[in-house]
Amino acid sequence: MIYNIPYFAVAALILIGLYAVVFKRNLIKIVIGITLIESGVNLFLITLGFRENSVAPIHTAGTTEKTLMSLPVPQALTLTSIVIGVAVLALMLSLVIHIYRHYGTLDVRKIKEVDE
Amino acid sequence: MLEFLDPFLKTLQTDSGFWNPILWGFAFVIIFLIAYIIRGFGKQAYKEKTEQTKAFLSGNPEYEKEQMHIKGSNLYWGFMEIMKFAYDKFNKMHNGNTGDYVLWFVIILGIFFIVLGVL
Amino acid sequence: MDFLATLVNHSPALIIAVPLLGAFLTPLIGKINGKVRNVFVILVVACTSFLIALLAYNVFTNGALSADAVTNNIQTYVFGAKDIGTPAVRIAFEVDAMNAFMALIAAILPLAAVVYSWAFMKDETGQDKYYTLILLMTAGMLGMMLTGDMFNFFVFLEITSIATAALIAFRIDQKYSVQAAFKYIVISSIGALFVLFAVALFYGQYNALNMAVIGDSIKYTMLDKIALVLLIASLALKTGIAPMHMWLPEAYGRAPSSVTVVIIGTTLGSLYAMFRMIFTVYGKHIWDLGKTMALQLPQLLGILLVALAILTIILGVFMALKQSDLKKMIGFAAVAEIGYMLLAVGSAIATISLNESGVTVMTSAGQMALKGGIFHVLNDALDVGLLFLVAGAVYFAAKETSLNKLGGLARNMKYTTVFFLIGLFAVSGLPPLNGFASKLMIYESTYAINPILSIAAILCSILLLATFVKVFHSVFLGPKIPKFSNVKEVPKSMLIGMAIIAVIIIFIGLFPNLIVENIVKPASEALMNYGLYLGGI
Repeated sequence: MIYNIPYFAVAALILIGLYAVVFKRNLIKIVIGITLIESGVNLFLITLGFRENSVAPIHTAGTTEKTLMSLPVPQALTLTSIVIGVAVLALMLSLVIHIYRHYGTLDVRKIKEVDE
Repeated sequence: MLEFLDPFLKTLQTDSGFWNPILWGFAFVIIFLIAYIIRGFGKQAYKEKTEQTKAFLSGNPEYEKEQMHIKGSNLYWGFMEIMKFAYDKFNKMHNGNTGDYVLWFVIILGIFFIVLGVL
Repeated sequence: MDFLATLVNHSPALIIAVPLLGAFLTPLIGKINGKVRNVFVILVVACTSFLIALLAYNVFTNGALSADAVTNNIQTYVFGAKDIGTPAVRIAFEVDAMNAFMALIAAILPLAAVVYSWAFMKDETGQDKYYTLILLMTAGMLGMMLTGDMFNFFVFLEITSIATAALIAFRIDQKYSVQAAFKYIVISSIGALFVLFAVALFYGQYNALNMAVIGDSIKYTMLDKIALVLLIASLALKTGIAPMHMWLPEAYGRAPSSVTVVIIGTTLGSLYAMFRMIFTVYGKHIWDLGKTMALQLPQLLGILLVALAILTIILGVFMALKQSDLKKMIGFAAVAEIGYMLLAVGSAIATISLNESGVTVMTSAGQMALKGGIFHVLNDALDVGLLFLVAGAVYFAAKETSLNKLGGLARNMKYTTVFFLIGLFAVSGLPPLNGFASKLMIYESTYAINPILSIAAILCSILLLATFVKVFHSVFLGPKIPKFSNVKEVPKSMLIGMAIIAVIIIFIGLFPNLIVENIVKPASEALMNYGLYLGGI
C-alpha cells in the first residue's frame, strides 16, 4: 500500500495543475499550472519503473546478473520529457514578457483579440 | 483511342451514383451554347445606355460609386439579426480567455469518460 | 538502379534527417547571403519531397523500386538492432499506405510555403530564424506521420508545437500575434502532456512502446479505457474539433500566411494519429466483436465522433459568417472542413457491426464514407492552403486584413483574383474541382447511414459558399477605392507558390478517379486491415 502513494501524488499534481490553468487569472500562474501537470506526468513515468527491493540500473562492482534492477527505459523517457518541458517553459515565459510589454497587464481576461 | 489516356478518363463510382468531370464539362459547354443562342434572339425594345439601364433606388439620390460600396460586415445583416439567439451564445464561447478553452477540454474529457468508460 | 534502391531502403530515415540537417545548417549559410540561403532551403524541401515521392511510389506499388524493403505494402525501417528478442527496445518507422498518403500531403505544403516566402518575407528581419523554424516544423510534421512508436510520436508532436508557437509569434511588434502564440503553446502542451500520460499507461501495462506490439497484445481493461479516452480527447484538442477549437482561428489568423500553410499539415497529422489509434492500436476491440446485442464500442465511439463533428461544422460555419477579419474567417472555414473529415470517418466507424454470417465487417456505405473522408483530408489541405496564400498576397499588396476597409482589388491583381476563385469553388464543393468529388462521396455515404447528417452537411456547405462570396465581393469586386489605387500585382515567387497548389487542385478535380483508385483506396484499405500493420514488426 505504501508503494501506491506516488500514484495519489500524481493524481493530486495533475488536478491542482488543471485547476490553476482553468481558474487562475494571472498569466504566470497559468504557466506554473502547466509545469505542475508536467511534473505529475513525469512522476508517473518514473514510478512505473520501480520494483520492490531493486537497485539503480547501473552495473557496478557489486552487482551480478541476478540483481533486481528498476527498469531503465522509463527513466530515459522521463529525461526526454523533462527536457521538452524546460524548452516549452522557456518559450512560454518569453511570450509572457512580450505580452506584458504590449498590453501592460497580466490579466488573462484583458489580453484578447480585437472584436470588430 | 490512345491507351495511356485510359486511366485518366474513368468515372468515379460511388455506391449510388457516379461523377465524371469530362462528361460534365461537355454538358456544361453544350448547355451554355444553347442558352447563349436563346439570349441572342433578344427583345427589340431594349436600347443600351439610355434611361432604361440606370439603377433604380426608390427615388433616393445616387451617390458616387466609391461611396456606394457595401462594406464586408453589412452583407448578411438579415441573417445575423434572425440568428441572434445563437450568435450570443457563440460569442460568449469565443471570448479569448485561455482558461475557458481548457475548461471545454476537461468537460469533453469527462463526457467521453462517462460514455466510453462506464457504458 | 542500385543507388535508387538504396535511397528507397533508407528513405524513412532520410526524410526526417534531411530537413533536420538543413535546419541546423541554415543560419550558417545565411551568413553568406540572403539569396543563397533561400535557394538552399528550397533545395532541401525539394529533396525531401522527392524522397517522399519515391517512398510513396514504392509502398503503393508493393516494391517497384526496391522489392526487399516492402512486404504486403508496408515498409518498415528499424532504428537499431532488428532481432533483439523481448523486450523490444528500438524505434521502428512503419510506413503503410495511409502513412504514405499523409506524407504526400506533407510533401506539397512546405514546398509551396518556402517558394511563396521568398518574396513575402523579403523585407522582414530575422529571416534566418524563420527558415530554420520552418524546416524544423517540416521535420517534426513528417516524423509525426511516419513513425510507428508512441513515445516517438509524442517527441515529434512537441517538436512541431514548439517550432509552430515560435513562428506564430514571428511579428513580435504586433500585439495580437504574441497573444495568439501564447494561447497556442498553452493548449498544445496540455494536449501533448495528456498524450504522454496515455503512453505511460500503455507502457506500464504492456512493457512496450511500439504501436504494432501494443495493438497485438492489448486487452480491454479499465486502464485501456482511460488511455483511449485521453488519447482521443487530446488528439481532438490538437486537431481543432469543437468545442475545443477556439485556438485554431486565432493561431491560423495571426501567423504569417506561409507559416499557416504548414500549420495545416501539422493539424492534419494529429487527425491521422487519432485514426491510427482507433483503427490499429485498438483494432482488436473495434474489429473483433462478440456476439452480444448490447451497444458495442464502434457504435458508441462512432456516435460520439459524429456528434462532435456536426457541432464542429455548425460552429465553424456560423462563426465564419460573422467575421470581418479575412484570415480569421478562413480559419473558421478550416475548422468546418475538419468537421467534414471527422463526420465521414466517424460514421464509417459507427457502421462496423456483425453481419449475418457472424463476421465483423464495415458496411459498403461505411467503406465509401471512409474513402470520402480520407480523400477530403487531401483536398481540404490544398484548398485551405491556397486560400491562406491568397489572403497573404492581399495583405502584402494592400497592408490590410479587415474586410471593412478593402475593396476593388480585382482591377490591379488579376492573377490573385483567379487563384481566389479557384480556392472558392474548391472549398465550397462546386464542380468540377476537387472539393466536389470528395464531398459527393461524403454526402452520398452519410445519407445512407442517417439522412440528417447529410442534410446538415449540405446546408453548411452552402453557408460556406455564402461566406466566401461575401469575401469575394468585399475584397475583389466593387469600385476603385482611392487608397488602393496603386497596389500592384504580387511578385512572381508568390504567384508560383500559389500556382503549384492551384495546378494540383485542378488536376485532382479533373481526374478524381485516378487519385481515388490509386492513392485513397489503398490508404483506406490499410486502415481497415489492421492485421497487416500488426504483422509488420
